[in-house]
Amino acid sequence: MALPKHASPLERAWHYTYLVICGLIFLFLIAPILVVIPLSFNVEPYFTFTEKMLKLDPTGYSLRWYDLLLTFGMENPEAPRTASWWADAWNNAAWIRAAKNSLIVGFFATILATLLGTVAALGLSRPEMPGRRVIMAILISPMIVPIIIVATGLFFFYSSIRIQDWGVPYLGLILAHATLGIPFVIITVTATLVGFDHSLTRAAANLGADPVTIFRRIQMPLILPGVISGALFAFVTSFDEVVVVLFVGGLDEQTIPRQMWNGIREQISPAILSVATILVAISILLLTTVELLRRRSERLRGVTPR
Amino acid sequence: MSDRNEIPVDPHVAVVATATGVIDGDLTTADGRPLKKALQSANAVRRRRAFYLVAPLLVFILVTFIFPIGQMLHRSFYNEGFTVHEDVTTGVRTPIMTDLTAWFEAHPRGTEPDEAAFVALRNGIAQLDELKAAGSAGTRINYIRSGSRSMFTKAGRKWDKMEPPYKEAFLELDEEWGDPELWSAMRSASHSYTLDFYLAAVDLARDVEGQVVAVDVKRQVYVKLFIRTLILSVLITFLTFILAYPIAHLLATLPLRYSNLLMIFVLLPFWTSLLVRTTSWMVLLQSQGVVNDALVATGLLSDENRLQMMYNQIGTVVAMTHILLPFMVLPLYSVMRPIDPSYVRAARSLGATSWTAFRRIYFPQTVPGIGAGALLVFILAVGYYITPALVGGADGQLISNLIAFHMQKSLNWSLAAALASILLAGVLVLYWLYDKLVGIDNLKLG
Repeated sequence: MALPKHASPLERAWHYTYLVICGLIFLFLIAPILVVIPLSFNVEPYFTFTEKMLKLDPTGYSLRWYDLLLTFGMENPEAPRTASWWADAWNNAAWIRAAKNSLIVGFFATILATLLGTVAALGLSRPEMPGRRVIMAILISPMIVPIIIVATGLFFFYSSIRIQDWGVPYLGLILAHATLGIPFVIITVTATLVGFDHSLTRAAANLGADPVTIFRRIQMPLILPGVISGALFAFVTSFDEVVVVLFVGGLDEQTIPRQMWNGIREQISPAILSVATILVAISILLLTTVELLRRRSERLRGVTPR
Repeated sequence: MSDRNEIPVDPHVAVVATATGVIDGDLTTADGRPLKKALQSANAVRRRRAFYLVAPLLVFILVTFIFPIGQMLHRSFYNEGFTVHEDVTTGVRTPIMTDLTAWFEAHPRGTEPDEAAFVALRNGIAQLDELKAAGSAGTRINYIRSGSRSMFTKAGRKWDKMEPPYKEAFLELDEEWGDPELWSAMRSASHSYTLDFYLAAVDLARDVEGQVVAVDVKRQVYVKLFIRTLILSVLITFLTFILAYPIAHLLATLPLRYSNLLMIFVLLPFWTSLLVRTTSWMVLLQSQGVVNDALVATGLLSDENRLQMMYNQIGTVVAMTHILLPFMVLPLYSVMRPIDPSYVRAARSLGATSWTAFRRIYFPQTVPGIGAGALLVFILAVGYYITPALVGGADGQLISNLIAFHMQKSLNWSLAAALASILLAGVLVLYWLYDKLVGIDNLKLG
């Protein structure tokens, strides 16, 4: 948005003010996320920049909080760092156990949400789908209904069916997180199916392909970017979810967000910031992946960016 | 349909028109079925196939989402704390307080409890003691009239030492047993189905005569909290709009290769964990935090009057505005991007000032995006829980936090369910409005 040559001085002044305002808003958006990164290397247990940090003195920085993530909860953190020390960390360190739980729940919830969501999106994007609007509204609603209501409902439901006694670990959390992830899968997959040319499938059928082949060879390559970004959204939803875990999770089902929540509520230490930094790094990675997928999908479908 | 011969014959659809038949509706398929019927059944098959694809997910959502919420709704007007006792380990259900319930049915509201009533009460409490349930039944009464739980547990310990007449025995144990309010509370708790919890959720109660009245001013918390939730949500929605509009406009007017880069600033927060963003705001806003330190260091603030920006409404509003901002930017951007800049140019060339051109030409075209973004942000803000819980302190709490409080701390689950039902009703109305105005299909992510 270049300024035309004939712009008056007043317009010029406004234009630059506008750009400054926009810059400040972008700063407001990004600064809180970036500020935790240097602070997580703070050598002091404070949440603010020490003088040494501001002078870029290396002694003001340390990896002690990252180290704490490994050692916290270990049986013998002071032992020499041999194979047995690492085995101890792998088995006992609170954050590593939380990460394992988060990954297990997130993995299965994502698989479930992606499978069910993709198949349903295929049905929903067919023009002959009966009651399309209502069903779509129901399937998207887990994203809209306040999480506290979902957690409350699940708390009553799970205690009435005694899901904890079924002997399947994490089952309650996996089902709940799959439910919360499904709207994202539906939205991303139906978005790739918008403008899908159904004569392609008809042509394939005409040439003798059975429905499975049609899906595998015609539809799947087109919707795959949407499926993967939906799956990533579903995974992030599960990986970031804390309220349902607090309400229905068992005592041993400690996930990363729950561990963070406890840490923030009880004694907030810069160790939380080092977790936050790791999570920010993960989200940058995911964002890049989704963005690349989106472009690929647009190229595949012949939607050229304006 | 003037001339049959003009109908193009599609070789793939085996349709033949009977050559001699002239009557309408004579078209048949190759195997002789009327075309209309064949088409109908083919369409029915296609509809069924589409539905079969959706059905597994629909069943899944019904079981893991709709049914649990239904159960919560049920809990909001059904409480058997004073009618049925369920053993936690065996699951055996025993009706309790049956004699007293019978007495209540036989006598209208306002009847002075007689000896028969106290005998029924004693029998009930004896049974409760056997079941070790005096506390839980007392808790149910305690929801309506505070201080009742201890009376029940005390009576549960002493009932076997009581001698008739029981009315005097009870009054000797505790004067309060004669309190008409207590009897009114027991009367309404003697039905499992009750609207008491909805009344409580809007700061109302039943008095001794059964009339609905407002509760004591000091105990009116819920309506105030609903109003605060609404006000803060409106404020947050407005702030996100003010902040999102300029940058959405900038993103929409820049060439795509720059705007894609700047979009990272919007999408990165969107992808970052909610807890991380909330933690960041705690780091920034603390009284020993980055913002205060920076203000003190630059001399804008003296060390002793550091600003209190966290554990109050400011914390909630600032953090939530930041967290919900992407939900406003994205719909605005997707509406602004296709707006043709030549409209504004035409207005300018016809003599409009840049302000007039913006106000009369550009702004009206962005209204659908504003509506979509504002509704979405408002819906999400009304039910927010995590951020207010962590940075809100006492006066920055929203209604969700109170629901969590009743679920986890006070354990008044029916009241929590009633509050949640009211919140849910509000959100669903807004969701319906969103679907009407914007359409759920237009919901986009990134």
